[in-house]
Amino acid sequence: MQPFTELTAIAAPLPLANVDTDKIIPARFLKTIKRSGLGKSLFAGLRYDEAGGERPEFVLNREPFRGAEILIAHENFGCGSSREHAPWALLDFGIRCVIAPSFADIFHGNCFKNGILPVVLPRSVCDQLMEDARLGANARITVDLGRQVVVRPNGEEIPFSIDPFRRHMLLNGLDEIGQTMQRTAAIDTYETARTSAKPWLPSIAV
Amino acid sequence: MSASHPRTLFDKIWDDHVVERLEDETCLLYIDRHLVHEVTSPQAFEGLRASGRRVRAPQSTIAVVDHNVPTSDRRNGIKEPESRLQVETLEENVAEFGVPFFPVLDPRQGIVHIIGPEQGISLPGMTIVCGDSHTSTHGAMGALAFGIGTSEVEHVLATQTLLQKPAKNMLVEVNGTLPPGCTAKDVVLAIIGKIGTAGGTGHVIEYAGPVIRALDMAGRLTVCNMSIEGGARAGLIAPDETTFDYIKGRPYAPKGEDFDRAVAYWKTLPSDPGAHYDTIVRIDGSEIAPMVTWGTSPEAVLPITGAVPDPADVADEAARAQMQRMLDYMGLTAGTKLTDIPVDVVFVGSCTNARIEDLRAAAAVARGRHVAENVRALIVPGSGLVKLQAEEEGLAQIFLDAGFEWREPGCSMCLAMNPDKLQPGQRCASTSNRNFEGRQGQGGRTHLVSPAMAAAAAVTGHLTDIRELV
Repeated sequence: MQPFTELTAIAAPLPLANVDTDKIIPARFLKTIKRSGLGKSLFAGLRYDEAGGERPEFVLNREPFRGAEILIAHENFGCGSSREHAPWALLDFGIRCVIAPSFADIFHGNCFKNGILPVVLPRSVCDQLMEDARLGANARITVDLGRQVVVRPNGEEIPFSIDPFRRHMLLNGLDEIGQTMQRTAAIDTYETARTSAKPWLPSIAV
Repeated sequence: MSASHPRTLFDKIWDDHVVERLEDETCLLYIDRHLVHEVTSPQAFEGLRASGRRVRAPQSTIAVVDHNVPTSDRRNGIKEPESRLQVETLEENVAEFGVPFFPVLDPRQGIVHIIGPEQGISLPGMTIVCGDSHTSTHGAMGALAFGIGTSEVEHVLATQTLLQKPAKNMLVEVNGTLPPGCTAKDVVLAIIGKIGTAGGTGHVIEYAGPVIRALDMAGRLTVCNMSIEGGARAGLIAPDETTFDYIKGRPYAPKGEDFDRAVAYWKTLPSDPGAHYDTIVRIDGSEIAPMVTWGTSPEAVLPITGAVPDPADVADEAARAQMQRMLDYMGLTAGTKLTDIPVDVVFVGSCTNARIEDLRAAAAVARGRHVAENVRALIVPGSGLVKLQAEEEGLAQIFLDAGFEWREPGCSMCLAMNPDKLQPGQRCASTSNRNFEGRQGQGGRTHLVSPAMAAAAAVTGHLTDIRELV
């Protein structure tokens, strides 16, 4: 996983609440066995008309936001399905950070597994950052995970907070599975105790 | 493990599965059951292969194809190449990694959240995960069950554990007695209408109260299924005699003395008196009416006796714009009576409402009636076994006589990954769980309802108060 340390980039404002995972990437694009190549289908329903042409009013179809690496949205971003295709699509498009007043739990967790930083800030701050973002390429926003601050174009610093464990994993680009594999002995011990405490637990064999 | 203070059902299952406590409350949590399907697993198996890892506990894993499969005759394979590739990829992966699997022509094949309880694979007190948000369904068994992303699918395949932080406890108590015509679907839609689509974020919801206790297992599964629509990753119902009776004799359930020992353990699981809940919501069940969604979020829901709301009544500018956007997408005008909304398609199916009890409820309405002109109505059973049982009970014939399509099992038009999809602008009364834009097909419009309400819409051609038909 690519580490996330500090990012200074163009931010795209998406002033919508309850942006669901079907909106981020509709189910018809989930028929893939790969993680890559989903960026072109990101926000397909908002981004393209029924003939497949770009909707010029949609933010990611406009300059300079085509090059946005930060997305700012309203409450409950990423609600709905567990599809990791949602963060994969954001990442493939180039988005490395989403800022919103709140996130849905599964999407929030999925971001950390893919080097995307979800930042929770109050609605009023998100609205202020959207105003900054609308200024475009001359108003880049900085997200510093090490110091846990968002820096507005005017230099004002806004603190945010990330769970220490997740922050450590993201800053260092660590693979969770590799970390857990180092705890195999503890898992073995747990499994032995489980079998003696619940000998009735059935195995599945078809 | 601290058993000194009163604990909730969630606390008990959590404590019982902690392998190791790490920093900042993060725990390595053991997973008892891992359900796998074709859409969210290919990249996980690919990850295992790339790092030379094996599946740690195949005997705790079950795979099935459900999202992509057509619901027409499957004996000649899948025509659509991308769907076929995902199904074949799963077939290759389960063979390579030794994972138990119900293939598409096996009568036990079906929607992953239908077959877990049906087969006795999902049991009380277990931790159950699947790369699908509706894994919350299995919480009705008294299990901690939640959806995970593909990276976590790979993590569970490799280690049989997950790194998790404990959720907050939320109690939703539904009191009183449910009025006639109201079902579990109406209960959960009413709950979501009250708490909102993010109301349960960061929580697991424990459903309790006399209305929940009185539900059969099918109803409880419906309620827990839609926990995620209220923002909660998991929903739980304490196991009781209804649960034990349901489990007894199922293929993968413990047998004989093992069953008795299991029940003794399961009886220790219900929340202790005085256990702490971070959030408590109480609902008067006798006030619930048959519900229907009017917008593109499950919280956009009203009793069928209501009318399409007016954005002009909303004070907050952003919320008003969002409501207007919903009405535009749904092609609805403020003030229209919900019962005046015509439908083009009716879908009875999905992990929410495709059990035998759901089909019986729909058949009771369809019996002796006929699907309205210009309405297409599909019945998609939740599993091959549900389909067989419905055929034995004569339900299939009732549906066919009434002009419904009788299909093969799968996720189908709940998320339109197979050929069953709405055309742009088509309006559907659906027993599924999500009314998001495009969920049932690009440009399609969804109204979420109970199976009886869906059948009622099919025979009248418009959204209908079921109480006027019975």
